[in-house]
Amino acid sequence: MKRIQDFNVISYTWLNDDNYIITLGSETDIECVEPGNFAEIKVPNSPDVFLRRPISILDVDHQNNTIKFYIKAIGKGTRQLGNLDINSSLNIVYPLGNSFSVIKKKRALIVGGGSGIAPFILLASKLKDENTEVTFLIGGRTSGDVFLTDEFGRYGEVLVTTEDGSLGEKGMVTQHSVFSRTMDFDLIYTCGPDPMMKAVANIASEKGIDCEASLENMMACGIGACLCCVTPTIRGNECVCTEGPVFNSKDLVW
Amino acid sequence: MVNLNVNIAGLKLKNPVTTASGTFGFGEEFEDFIDLNKLGGIFVKGLTLYNREGNDYPRMAETPSGMLNAVGLQNKGIDYFINTIYPKIKKWDTQIFPNINGSVVEDYIAVAEKLNDVEGIEGLELNISCPNVKEGGMAFGVSCPSAIAVTKAVREVYDKTIIVKLSPNVTDITEIAKGVEGAGADGVSLINTLLGMAIDANTRKPILSTITGGLSGPAIKPVAIRMVWQVYNAVKIPIVGIGGIMNATDAIEFMLAGSTAIQVGTANFIDPQISVKIVDGLEDYCTQNRITEISDLIGGMIS
Repeated sequence: MKRIQDFNVISYTWLNDDNYIITLGSETDIECVEPGNFAEIKVPNSPDVFLRRPISILDVDHQNNTIKFYIKAIGKGTRQLGNLDINSSLNIVYPLGNSFSVIKKKRALIVGGGSGIAPFILLASKLKDENTEVTFLIGGRTSGDVFLTDEFGRYGEVLVTTEDGSLGEKGMVTQHSVFSRTMDFDLIYTCGPDPMMKAVANIASEKGIDCEASLENMMACGIGACLCCVTPTIRGNECVCTEGPVFNSKDLVW
Repeated sequence: MVNLNVNIAGLKLKNPVTTASGTFGFGEEFEDFIDLNKLGGIFVKGLTLYNREGNDYPRMAETPSGMLNAVGLQNKGIDYFINTIYPKIKKWDTQIFPNINGSVVEDYIAVAEKLNDVEGIEGLELNISCPNVKEGGMAFGVSCPSAIAVTKAVREVYDKTIIVKLSPNVTDITEIAKGVEGAGADGVSLINTLLGMAIDANTRKPILSTITGGLSGPAIKPVAIRMVWQVYNAVKIPIVGIGGIMNATDAIEFMLAGSTAIQVGTANFIDPQISVKIVDGLEDYCTQNRITEISDLIGGMIS
């Protein structure tokens, strides 16, 4: 069930100057979260930021009532969220949106770029529970843009590409040699910049593999009321916040 | 005890707090967060005769103390509302007001005729002020003759309460208000969004796919209150005040300016519980100020 809840800031882990993980805690139980779900976070002490910020949920811990978000500080809202006092209060609406399909006893390729890696910890842990073998392919401009590879390594093989070749193979994720191997994946999951997801979806389509993409449109309400965040699909315009953020790439008209 | 009831041309609302069309879906979207039975009314998402896909993305831009939208009346058409959505939402003990739109007068007539036969729906909001559609919409609401013509046409086929939603994008909103009053409107709601625009300085492109859009949120509140007060002094029919209401104090200001009821709009995006919090806040205000009938506040500004 969707809920509005106050949390306290427990800690920050800064990955570099712009990327951080914020951990929030609550006195009360937290809701069940599926991989791909997101939260609408109210940005405190920031009069310039009027709307909540939709942020993908990185992980939850039901024993300690904590929830984690991986955030890239790219605007006023995401910068301010990285600048709160420890123990200060943060109000979030969650869990929102649909989730990735969790396939059982299969092989999955997870392709992420930029801040699009956020939903994949939760996804990988659920896939592992279902005995699905996971391969990660993470792309960035340079080695400094590639995060969470150690965490991903706990769930499967981690492949990396960087545009400057400073880590892993040189090039874009879609140029990685994994795509020239025999592709015996049952499903490809992708999240990141639109051009990357489109390219991944095209490869998946050529190889006859299903592909699920998580979109990141600008949102106002996050609960399907305002119809601002739509994306064109074969069924017409659909809300990324409620019909998505996860879409089968075959349904997208992009 | 405070009596929160208000009355729009004979139609009773249990309290003055309603939600604005386009900001509250069909109410179901908020079911996890609030008890919808506590609301005075729900003005549901704008409806047209046939399915509309709306405008292209991007449809939204955040602005200082507000936002621009250019949704463009995306909806599945009046028949889908009547046959599929209304049966699910009629269980709530609150007034449901469909918000109706058209490209031509005949569209408004056809939609109103269909709604006239729906049991349980006691009134509609005639939207002649949507700034985000190419044909019809706001065009009807910015000239007196067309506002009068569409109101008259709908009046002829619709027997229940008609509330005409007015555009602020006019030289003198009182002229339009007087015109629709004369044409048979039972009430007016105002203001719809103010026409606005935003440009991305880095890309030098407009942020909205439609270039212009409708501004809402607290940024427009002073304009809205001024227009409510002007219309209150120009017509006898009740006013539903809209424009950047974020809390109970804002709602009180709108009532003092002349609103019989109010619509909570953009605030629903920030706090999905805000509409019900405003109901509670109005009751608290009345208790603290020893007001037993909230309707005594309507037009009660001391000048």
